[in-house]
Order: sequence, then C-alpha cells, then structure tokens
Amino acid sequence: MAKLEEYRSIVGGEIIDELYLLAQKLKGISIQNINSTSFGGGVAEILGRIVPLLQELGVDVWWDVIKGDENFFAITKRIHNSLHGANIILSRREKDYFLSVNRQNGARFSRWGDIVFIHDPQPVALVEEKARLKNKWIWRCHIDFSAPQPDTWLFLRRFIIHYDSSVFSAPAFARRLKIPQILISPSIDPLSEKNCPLEDSYIDSVLYQYGIDKKRPLITQVSRFDYLKDPLGVIKAYRLVKKYTDCQLVLAGGAAGDDPEGEKILAAVQEEARQDRDIFVLNLPPDSHREINALQRASTLILQKSLREGFGLTVTEALWKKKPVIASCVGGIPLQIAHKYSGILTYTIEGTAYWIKQLLHEPAYAQRLGRNGYAHIKNNFLITRHLQDYLLLFLSLSNTNDTVYL
Amino acid sequence: MEPFHFHTRVIQVELLGITASSVRELLAGIKRVPAASIYHHTHHYLEQHRYFSPEHPNDFSYWITTSLGIKSLGEEIASVDLVQFKDIESLRQRFVEILDNYLQRVKKPRMCLKGEEFRFLSSRIFILPTPFKANNLEEFLECLRKTTIHSIYFHTFEARLRLKKEDNDFSYWLRDNGWQALADKLSCLDPYTYTLEGLRNKIIDLVREEIKNNGQT
Repeated sequence: MAKLEEYRSIVGGEIIDELYLLAQKLKGISIQNINSTSFGGGVAEILGRIVPLLQELGVDVWWDVIKGDENFFAITKRIHNSLHGANIILSRREKDYFLSVNRQNGARFSRWGDIVFIHDPQPVALVEEKARLKNKWIWRCHIDFSAPQPDTWLFLRRFIIHYDSSVFSAPAFARRLKIPQILISPSIDPLSEKNCPLEDSYIDSVLYQYGIDKKRPLITQVSRFDYLKDPLGVIKAYRLVKKYTDCQLVLAGGAAGDDPEGEKILAAVQEEARQDRDIFVLNLPPDSHREINALQRASTLILQKSLREGFGLTVTEALWKKKPVIASCVGGIPLQIAHKYSGILTYTIEGTAYWIKQLLHEPAYAQRLGRNGYAHIKNNFLITRHLQDYLLLFLSLSNTNDTVYL
Repeated sequence: MEPFHFHTRVIQVELLGITASSVRELLAGIKRVPAASIYHHTHHYLEQHRYFSPEHPNDFSYWITTSLGIKSLGEEIASVDLVQFKDIESLRQRFVEILDNYLQRVKKPRMCLKGEEFRFLSSRIFILPTPFKANNLEEFLECLRKTTIHSIYFHTFEARLRLKKEDNDFSYWLRDNGWQALADKLSCLDPYTYTLEGLRNKIIDLVREEIKNNGQT
C-alpha cells in the first residue's frame, strides 16, 4: 500500500504538509470507524485506504465491523432500497430485529473511541451507547439520500438526531436536521491497484483472458450487480447502438458482502446476455482491482447508467483514467461531470445510446471530455482531499466557530 | 519590523438543508442564512475558476440564469461589484434589494425543475501557518512566488471581507513598514477580475517594480 510521501509528486508537497499539521492537532484523540462490511462496495474500499493513511499521519484511528446474520442484512438491504426511494415499509418486527442486532454489537465492542464515526445506516443505532460513553459521534451517509421513503427516514432520524454531526456526499442529500450536516465528497486513491498506471502488456493479457477484441470499440460499465445500477438498461442501450455501430460491451462487477440481492440480478443479466457473444458479463471476486483497472483503461467509453447513486466512484475512476464517461444525472455524478465539458449526463436508455454513438463517431471530442474530467478529479476527488476533510471534521467537533485558528 | 507570516486556510462545507425553487424562495433564503453562507456562495467559484469554470459568477446568478432561465436578473446579480463591499451584511442587503425589485416588477415568478433547486451551503475556515515568512520586500517577493494560491486567496479575499479587516493583509503589512505607495496600489486592485494565478502575478509585478524603482528593501 502506498505511503503518504508517494502522493507528494501527484498533489504537491504543500498539501501533504498541511495534512501533517492538521493531524498534529488531533493528538490524544482516538477515532473509531464502524461499518457493516470489510469487503466489497465503495465504503469498505475507502476505509481500507483512509484508515492506514490517517494512522501514518499519527492519528489514533481504527476500523471495526458490525456482525449480523442473513436476516439482518436482508433488512438493511430493504432499508437501503427504501432510502433510494423504493416503496418499502419496514415492519415493526424488522425494525425491532435491526435494533436488537445493533444492541448486540454495541455490547460486543470492548474499546470505544473518543470519536465514533459510523458509516451508513446499518450500525446507526449504536448511538444508543453515547449516553453511557459520553463521547462524540458522527454519522456518515454514503448513499443517495435525495428522496428517502418517509417511514424509513423517520425511523433512522430517531437515531441520527443524537449524533454530534452528520456527513453527506452531495448537497441534494441534505435534510432538515438540527445537527450540523457536513459536505464531504468521497475520493479515489490514485496509487491503489484500481487506479495506478498499468503496463500495456498487462492490459492486453486481461482482454485476452476474457476473449475481448482489443481492436473493436469497447463500452464498459463497472459496478455491483444491483438493479439500481440498471445493468439491463445498459444492455438495451448497447443494443440500440449495435444496430448501427460495431462495439462490445463489458459489464464487470461482483456482489458486496452485505447485498443478498446481487446473485438474482447477476442471473438476470447473464440470461439477457446469453445470445450475444459481444457482451461480457464478468462476475469478479472483490479483490479484482487490477483487472478492473485494466478493463477501464482498455475501454473506449465508460458508462454509469445508475438509477440511483451515492457518489459514483466508478465515474471518478474512469475520469482519472482520462476516459470519456456517459453517466446518469443522479447522486454525486453531476458533481463530477459538467455535461459536454467533462463527460455526458443522460436521463434515459435512448439518450445513453444516442451519446454512445456520438462519442464513438467523434473520438477527438470524446478524448477532450476525458482530459477535462481528469483535471477536475485531480483537483477535487483524490484521497488527499478526503483525508483533509476528515481531519477537519474531527477537529470541528471541538471548534464550532466559523473561523478557527489552528 | 514584524515579519509577514504567510498563512493559508482550508474550508469545511456545511449543508444548511434550506432550498429554493423560485426567486421568492431564494430571497427568503438569502435573508435568513448565516453571513458565512452568503460569503461561500459569492466566493467559492474564485478558487475553482482556475481549473473548471470559464467565468466566475456567484452561485445565485448562476442558478437564476441556468435553472430559472432569467438571464437579465442573473446578469444583474452577477454584476454586483463585490470589491465595493466592506462587509457581508451590506452585500446581502444589495442582493435583497435586487431580488425585491424584481419581484415587484414580475408577478408570476418562474419555478425551477424538480431536482434543480438552489441548495444553500455554508463554509467554515480553518487557518493554518505556512513555512513562509518575509522580513523585507525581497523575501516577500520570494514568498509570493512559493506560497499556494490558497494562501494568496486567504490574505486578499478572506481577510478583507470575511474577517472584516476592510483591506488585504499585504497592504496592512506594507503600510506599517513604510511602503505606503505599494500598499495603496495593492489596495486598489480589484482581485475579483483576476484568476488567482493572475492575481499572484499582478502582485509580484507590483512588488518587483517597487524593488526596481527604489532599490531598497
């Protein structure tokens, strides 16, 4: 894993110096991260990078994962979908079970931080421990919160109001809350296996492994097999294009450890793609970062046709690789793509197909989009900016003024 | 002589949970949000400008123009001369006057599309020392070359309006140490009409000219 010093040449030395200065101000304060899975999905990936870098900065920080059975994760998946707007009402029994698993986990932890940093709704009710521990609590929402199902929101709100601060990924996710709501966009790590530069020979070997033709245009969507990522919609868009322009489609992803629906969606996608030898459905293990990197770099275009999205880190990754991206105008994607400047924003399957054709036919324009996107990501969505935001977040718990002299 | 110690600042953006779908709601929001929110919406473009935006409007004018489609009002808001204002409250009052005036003339204001609402944000600043200190004009020039644009931004924009010092930090230090003419030249700059790199270069030119003409630092 990359050391902090290695980022100097990418982001500039002064940025790294500032991080050390901020970290010094947190001396003597311990910080505990808690989420629901240690692998798969963007949250685990970000924590896996951020926690070691914070430790390298000298911050006393660690990462715990709650335990739950299949029933618990089926409930949390229903919570997740209803927060994304699906018409799901949790039963009293489901809410009680959710709460009881949180309480079991609360009793399980032997060490608590001075600051407890909870990620996403699954462990949200651990905040019941706050009254006893008398420490500071932050709730970090990584998902699209623009139109949550009201009943689910009211259920979660019961817990959220007891936190000292909350964090959202996009302005559209803000709620009416009395606690502070901080805007922190997620980030990618330019030195991780998923984003580091690769040898052409390795990229070629990955294409060869899956039987992908490197000489023909390649359209790729990388994401979990989840109906919210609309993989079937991607196939429809590809078919509209394929009538006129030769191309191949890769749908690459896997299932997160806390997502029991993934296999069903994967089966539906495989069935839909069965007759077409130019569609590659790649169900990859969660550690296939280098292969994903190679597939993105080998692609002519990248799609992210999500129906809902937290932030859309796959878009960030693709733009970092200077790829032209066509993505839905949902969640945090519009923060990354200015339409027709650093990528293309679409709303429908037909619109997506239209722009795929346009960009395949106008490669110079497509490249310009990719270059602009890269510059935007470099300045706003790399892990060093994320580290700075987290350090400020922790510091802000004890400094409530508008102007803070450090 | 007290050395000039260059500082920088990092910001934390806060979501206020207040939205607007029309000019009337924007006006109501502008009246009630904290001063730091007005500052944020009129200044954050300045730092993004060098990378992303072809111009640096304020958020209010950008939203009025692009989401409500009222170009004349957007232009009127964009044209508010920020450098004339010595505090945020009087700037807020100017926006209120313009929007009030518009609402008196237009009885059926437009609504934006769902999802395109104006979302009020605010920001908090954390001020940090940098390693750069200047004891004379030559060192000052060297520091200006080396420090980040965020530091330049802090000492010119943030000091004057957000920290209510009425002038930029550089001019105060120069004046205190006998470089009155140079201090006045810097005070007269309209920093809003430069990119931050452009502003850095302009200040460097003025300091270099002073050193060349007077030969003493």
